Amino acid sequence: MSSDQDQLKETDTEARFEFKKEEKSAFEAEKGLTEETIRVISEDKDEPEWMLERRLRALRQFQEMPMPTDWPGQPDLSEVEIDEIVPYIRPDIDTRGGVDDWEDLPDEIQDTFDKLGIPEAEKNALSGVGAQYESEIVYQNMQERWEEKGVIFCDMDRAVQEHEEKVKEYFMTKAVPPSDNKFAALHGAIWSGGSFVYIPEDTTVNMPVQAYFRMNSEGMGQFEHTLIIAEENSEVHYIEGCSAPKYSEFNLHSGGVEVFVGEGAHVQYSTVQNWSKNTYNLNTKRAIAEKGGRMEWISGSMGSKATMLYPSTILKGRGASDNHITIAFAGEGQDIDTGAKVYHNAPDTKSTIESKSISKDGGRTNYRGLVHIADGAEGSSTAVECDALMFDNESTSDTMPYMEIEESKVDVAHEATVGKIGDEDVFYLQSRGLDDDDAKQMIVAGFIEPITEELPIEYAVELNRLIELEMEGSLG
Amino acid sequence: MATLELKNLHAEVAEEGGETILRGVDLEVSSGEIHALMGPNGSGKSTTAKIIAGHPAYEVTEGEVLIHLGADEFGEDFDIPEEKRTWDLLDLEPNERAALGVFLAFQYPAEIEGVTMVNFLRTALNAKLEEREELFEDEDEEAEAEAEATNEDAAGYESSPMEGPADEGEVGVAEFQELLAEKMEQLDMDERFAQRYLNAGFSGGEKKQNEVLQAAILEPSVAVLDEIDSGLDIDRLQDVSRGINALRDETGTGILQITHYQRILDYVEPDHVHIMLDGQVVKSGGPELAEQLEDEGYDWIREEAFEAA
Repeated sequence: MSSDQDQLKETDTEARFEFKKEEKSAFEAEKGLTEETIRVISEDKDEPEWMLERRLRALRQFQEMPMPTDWPGQPDLSEVEIDEIVPYIRPDIDTRGGVDDWEDLPDEIQDTFDKLGIPEAEKNALSGVGAQYESEIVYQNMQERWEEKGVIFCDMDRAVQEHEEKVKEYFMTKAVPPSDNKFAALHGAIWSGGSFVYIPEDTTVNMPVQAYFRMNSEGMGQFEHTLIIAEENSEVHYIEGCSAPKYSEFNLHSGGVEVFVGEGAHVQYSTVQNWSKNTYNLNTKRAIAEKGGRMEWISGSMGSKATMLYPSTILKGRGASDNHITIAFAGEGQDIDTGAKVYHNAPDTKSTIESKSISKDGGRTNYRGLVHIADGAEGSSTAVECDALMFDNESTSDTMPYMEIEESKVDVAHEATVGKIGDEDVFYLQSRGLDDDDAKQMIVAGFIEPITEELPIEYAVELNRLIELEMEGSLG
Repeated sequence: MATLELKNLHAEVAEEGGETILRGVDLEVSSGEIHALMGPNGSGKSTTAKIIAGHPAYEVTEGEVLIHLGADEFGEDFDIPEEKRTWDLLDLEPNERAALGVFLAFQYPAEIEGVTMVNFLRTALNAKLEEREELFEDEDEEAEAEAEATNEDAAGYESSPMEGPADEGEVGVAEFQELLAEKMEQLDMDERFAQRYLNAGFSGGEKKQNEVLQAAILEPSVAVLDEIDSGLDIDRLQDVSRGINALRDETGTGILQITHYQRILDYVEPDHVHIMLDGQVVKSGGPELAEQLEDEGYDWIREEAFEAA
């Protein structure tokens, strides 16, 4: 039995993500994907010739590659009709690259981000914020003191114009080439928006920078690109949040993230995606870590109809390290296929992967991971732990942790557990006064606790709230 | 003053062709009383306990489980109207029963990973108090509360997702920590218990001690203790017994103690002893009955029951 108070909580948290706005845009591309579309988008963005060429090359690769269908147990992508997607929508704002005052945004866009709590968070806990609405960044701001130190945090389209050399060197050339997979190729062809982050040597940005991506229009695709370059001994925490309201037509999100972790640098990339249940979320995210560099991926996958997301790290320099934390939640009709990939290509490299997944009401979660330790990467170690919790017999969870170990002087550990919420556990908590829903929520919160305790507090709170919301939503 | 009353309780395992376990149990436990429920294995003692708490594995086929509450059972500020003083627990969810003052100390408490004792107990206490408010709320107040909720809803957007956890519930964090520390000290429990995960990795004795601690925090009207003495060494038996006596003396809780052994009854002296056999209470008496059992076993009871039938 849920109290009025509970219902209140449910309603307003839910409303934060699921409201929609009238579509109002300045420029909207035709549905589907042709060379012409790409040329129009590139021209609308006033891009240099080399970027247009990269887009067109990616488009050809996309057209040549077959749809991936041969992965064991992969989500069904047969409904993903690229020709039905509106690939590019420029919202109706004057300032390219985003305004730096929320007040300057059109009311309905400002209202959207207000409801998501972004301006509030910026005031309290962030070094900088970027907010993307449809295909373009509409707000971008960073505290001045970071700008003075040479830190760059701007939208990706502006970076193409203003930091052309760096972008030209790193953009989909080293970490995520379009040839990586069909959706990386698609992304390379029609990417728009996203963040460019550059941290100079010996600079520690001590409060996180955050980007928020919001899809508002029905049937659109969002393809933002994030490029993070952390020079030697620098440090940054980048947070990304995503959401979209519910529509009947499907949406496609296919982001690209490239992270370059310099010698001795430390990058933490955290994301919680709460896409609506009609969104296909197919991303490619990859980091390359130099000597002594440290990469941390923290991913919470709550929403979407199907997610395929396997952030990867290439440990390129000696002593580089990686830490993956992933939490997935799949409710009715959801297929969340997530995991991690780590390539140990140098000696004394270290990786840890922790994955927790929860499935209920027939939802499916899958951990799909790969750890590759190359010949010669001696003294390396990896520890993989994946745990799955199921609510009922209709829900499923699989674990596919692949290991390719070519070197003998290494330390490899792997643990996996799969379990169902125990009726006796629920009864025990109920007998102490918790109702059925609260009892289950408490068990789930406990299940992910080893992970949430490692997260920044405001992040852990948000994640717990989202999980509560997901659970209440399907119970109500 | 409260009384838990079992009337002609019949129950079976809740599945097709489920075995009949209780065949007409009658029992009454009132505030401040200590009852011992004894009987051989399989006689239905634990089933009785679980049915009182609302375990879904059993189906009641006949009879009632009632709780009668005095007007001031939940304090002088909480006036219970005439028409809400008696409840049939069988109509209620386990958490609603808890809100009405029923507590079960489990023979095998669940282990919940990742949930700290302090978080769990405060949540449970607040949930219980909130549920109680709801159960006793009259219809006018309900409508009012709903209207209020709708108003707040409109303003709901103002809350930011980046805020820390709200200090929800009637009993706040600081107040609760004080309460917990006090109760733990009474039970001679290490204060580090508060930060441990609920029963996870606890020894058998620690789990039992924890059950008594939970009762001390939740202050039930009637507590059913299912073999609280099993697996306890003598020191811990004394701690646990002290906790049970304090519950009775300080909170006025009525105790229904299920046990196989006289041993705990030396420390927690029962006012009444009941003997259960084949799903019925076949004999009730004073503390001397337990002593007689200790000496002579159950055979004479069986014979008596057989003759009576």
